[in-house]
Amino acid sequence: MADNQLTLLARVDKPGSHTLASYRADGGYRAFEKAIKEMQPTQVIDTVKASGLRGRGGAGFPCGVKWTFLPKDHPGPIYICINADESEPCTFNNRVLMEKDPHQVLEGAMLAAFATRASTVYYYIRYEYGPAYRATQAAIDELYAAGLLGKNILGTNFSLNIYTHRGAGAYICGEETGLIESLEGKRAWPRIKPPFPAIEGAFRKPTIVNNVETLACVTHIIGKGADWFKSMGVPPDPANPRDAGSYGPKLYNLSGHVNKPGTYEIPLGITARRLIDEYGGGVWKERKAKAVVPGGLSMGFMTESELDTPLDFNGPGKVGCLGLGTAAVTVVDDQTSMVDVLYNVCRFYAHESCGQCTPCREGTGWMFKIIDRIRRGEGRLEDLDLLAEVGNRIGIMPGTTICGLADGAGWPVKNAIKKFRPEFEEYIRSGKKGRALQVAAAH
Amino acid sequence: MPTVYVNDQPVEIGDARLNCIEAAGKAGAFIPHYCWHPALTVVASCRMCLVEVGERKPDGSVAMQPKVVPGCQTPVKDGTVIVTSEYHKRPAGTAPLNYDPKYGTPGERAKLAQADTLEGLLLNHPLDCPVCDKAGECKLQDFSYTYGRATSRMVDDKRTPPNKPDISSKITLFTDRCIMCSRCVRFTREIAGTAELTIVSRGDHAEIDVFPGEPLENKLSGNVVDLCPVGALGSKDFLYKQRVWFLQDTPSVCAGCSTGCSITIDANKDAVYRLQPRENTEAQGWFMCDEGRWGFHYVNDADRLRRPMAGSVVQPWSEVLPAIRSRFAAAGEQGPVALVLSPFLTVEEAYLAAEWAQAYPRRKLFLGPVPVVGEDDRYPKDRQGRAVEPTKFTIRAEKAPNRRGIEAVLARYQGEVLTFDKFLAEAKSFKAAWLTAGYPRGTGYPLADSPFTDEQAWQIAGIPLVVVQDLFASPVSKVAQYTLPAGAWAEKDGTFVNHAGLAQAIGRATHPAGEARTEGQVFSDLLGRRGLYRAADVRSGLAEMVPAFKDLPVLPVTNGTRLPLPLLTGGSRA
Repeated sequence: MADNQLTLLARVDKPGSHTLASYRADGGYRAFEKAIKEMQPTQVIDTVKASGLRGRGGAGFPCGVKWTFLPKDHPGPIYICINADESEPCTFNNRVLMEKDPHQVLEGAMLAAFATRASTVYYYIRYEYGPAYRATQAAIDELYAAGLLGKNILGTNFSLNIYTHRGAGAYICGEETGLIESLEGKRAWPRIKPPFPAIEGAFRKPTIVNNVETLACVTHIIGKGADWFKSMGVPPDPANPRDAGSYGPKLYNLSGHVNKPGTYEIPLGITARRLIDEYGGGVWKERKAKAVVPGGLSMGFMTESELDTPLDFNGPGKVGCLGLGTAAVTVVDDQTSMVDVLYNVCRFYAHESCGQCTPCREGTGWMFKIIDRIRRGEGRLEDLDLLAEVGNRIGIMPGTTICGLADGAGWPVKNAIKKFRPEFEEYIRSGKKGRALQVAAAH
Repeated sequence: MPTVYVNDQPVEIGDARLNCIEAAGKAGAFIPHYCWHPALTVVASCRMCLVEVGERKPDGSVAMQPKVVPGCQTPVKDGTVIVTSEYHKRPAGTAPLNYDPKYGTPGERAKLAQADTLEGLLLNHPLDCPVCDKAGECKLQDFSYTYGRATSRMVDDKRTPPNKPDISSKITLFTDRCIMCSRCVRFTREIAGTAELTIVSRGDHAEIDVFPGEPLENKLSGNVVDLCPVGALGSKDFLYKQRVWFLQDTPSVCAGCSTGCSITIDANKDAVYRLQPRENTEAQGWFMCDEGRWGFHYVNDADRLRRPMAGSVVQPWSEVLPAIRSRFAAAGEQGPVALVLSPFLTVEEAYLAAEWAQAYPRRKLFLGPVPVVGEDDRYPKDRQGRAVEPTKFTIRAEKAPNRRGIEAVLARYQGEVLTFDKFLAEAKSFKAAWLTAGYPRGTGYPLADSPFTDEQAWQIAGIPLVVVQDLFASPVSKVAQYTLPAGAWAEKDGTFVNHAGLAQAIGRATHPAGEARTEGQVFSDLLGRRGLYRAADVRSGLAEMVPAFKDLPVLPVTNGTRLPLPLLTGGSRA
């Protein structure tokens, strides 16, 4: 185990860590108090910008820059949405924060609201996160009781309300405009952009959507300074002019075939192999890893030989993955059939495609039908090319869909066919049936 | 002048805010689309209108975006370069723009993307064109033929969701044919406002549906059938009645109310099968109401008057017209005669009738009954049924197509517009009266019966000589000495003037029923004009006589001509 100092997870093991009293005893809300009493909103934004904080939700967009997209001198209201619709498969880093240290996230949200002059924060929590919702709601109630939320907080002229909103169980609600539609009580069909939410978001007002972990980081950036944040992580890759660097601590989720699955806080940039070996106690049952998902299923697969890739915002892309995503690392051991893995992947996206854009709606369903047929032993070798092509043709990147769900649906398929093609071919030639659990088709 | 380049051809767009589909249209290039409709919000979800766009820099170089974009969602500005999937079909000799050689062949990306989209749309489409009512006018057929692949790579089973014939009493849903363009859903939300339709389920299981216990029942519901680019939504009224390629389309105007929706009449073998709205932003926009759409069946009704009658005796036209002429002449010698012009006449017919009446020095011209049912019905509505501004569609209470046109003629010949009530009040003084009518009736139509009442007939019965020309028997026809079968609006050509003074041409889709003759033909004969009556032949005379119609001979047939309102005197109902 590395000897790094925990920040985001520093308090989660304490008894009563979710309460306001405990949080304040550990210095909580001092950053917020300092900000609203001594700082200008622009100073908060500048600090966050200087820290190089990039969004933890998956896309990795620089957080401070996003805040500056809000229209200047807007009469308001401006909204902040906290994206707690954590539904990327194998991702559970927001959950621990929300259940064990909800005030840390709320303080970040309050700082973000102060920085962006937002008057209302909507905390969009996926329905399945019952305990997280209850802990968060209890924390908000405590804040109102303590005068930290509501009108004229701590005697300043800053007023803020935070409302929780529970989703109804759809992956697409994690897409920021899908989330906004769902928040408005509509079907979560992602919106066409432009206008981007910062210009016209929830209820047609400027809106910033931030991930839970991003906001938790904001708390510490204001509390400890941008330099502290920037002391961790990886500077921009000179070979990639578009890389803005990967700074700060990150919660890595480790799941799948490892000995010690869990959420680990590590500065960005650890390699997948170190994460699995040093933190996860290695692949289970003395086996070797066959494939590793770097950050949620949508990011694709790394092979055993690619495990020395650093898990920062730039690393996974270098081995053909979509990106770091949510840093939810899933290990697939060498006894597992990639056909079964891909079957589950395709089943998920076929089930979760919102059905709006034709290429994704039909493409995800088609890919599932193909892999299902391959798994049943009725595959043809040409199906592999077809799968890879369909996977390659759907998404924002080729321009055929509105949101990125389709990119995420296509990427693991492309990756799996490219990196594990011999296994698929052998499976098809042998005509054997799937060995894994006969999971009933989702539909 | 802002200039956009469509497949290398420059086109000036002026100040208009256009998307790529509209801008390409200006350049004569068609970009196929399903979900986009000019009257509905942009969702950019069907992904059929994918194009390649870029920008032409002042130095002439072209910077293209590396990916395709939906044309409906992409606005154009000065210097925008649009490359469609039909770039390779651009006119020969068009000088190519200065594309970056690394960009590859322009148009290939869009072509591939559109072919992919069509392949996707057909994955779960049943391809039951032989039994589908839309076949022949289906955008999925048309676009597949032009932009799609000849074969599908799909070998798996298609999804076969059950049909939903009960979503409405008038409309059925063939769920499996749906391509999820969501036009129908947006129509009920944005134009009707009643929001009956919705989408249930996700992914390729998404389906159009209604909420439990709330079927699609609103007065604009039929438009979803027109909006449906495929055969998913079908009008029960038209379903399986005709293959569309047997139908002849005649541009015309709905006679249901004074809105005067531009329509096409689809007819075959002298039977009208379907009315469909025609896009006309001068008139109603893109849509029409269900009363008009399905209220045409009286045209085909077996109960229509078919033969001229003298009292209860059937007489041929060759005998009845000379008899009427001589009896009218005799009556005119004895005292005043009345001519009642129905708001269902065309202006040309009203003109001929008024001209015929000139032979009688003691004549009076009246406006026939103008049926009014309820109040103007404005859409969209909210869930409580209250109209919401801005109004996007109005079903007018005045259930006649041409009151304003008739009033313009009356004002010219009479000096003032005398109402039907005045005619009734003075009925005793007339020695003869000619009543034109042509009032529709029947199920689905707002007028269940003739506007003539028994009481009116009793008053009219006092006139020694009454001639009525109508579609159906009415209380007045029972007291008339002569009952002539009239032509319905689908059986004539001519001009209607709507509530706002817009003059539009109507077209003849069928022959008059039985031995019926249009009013235009009858007055043409009475005036001693030779041959078959054609509205175009009398327009120059009309234009000379009635200044309001001076532009009529050059009337553009498509979207009509807005006539100067001060010249159209008469009632104030706008």
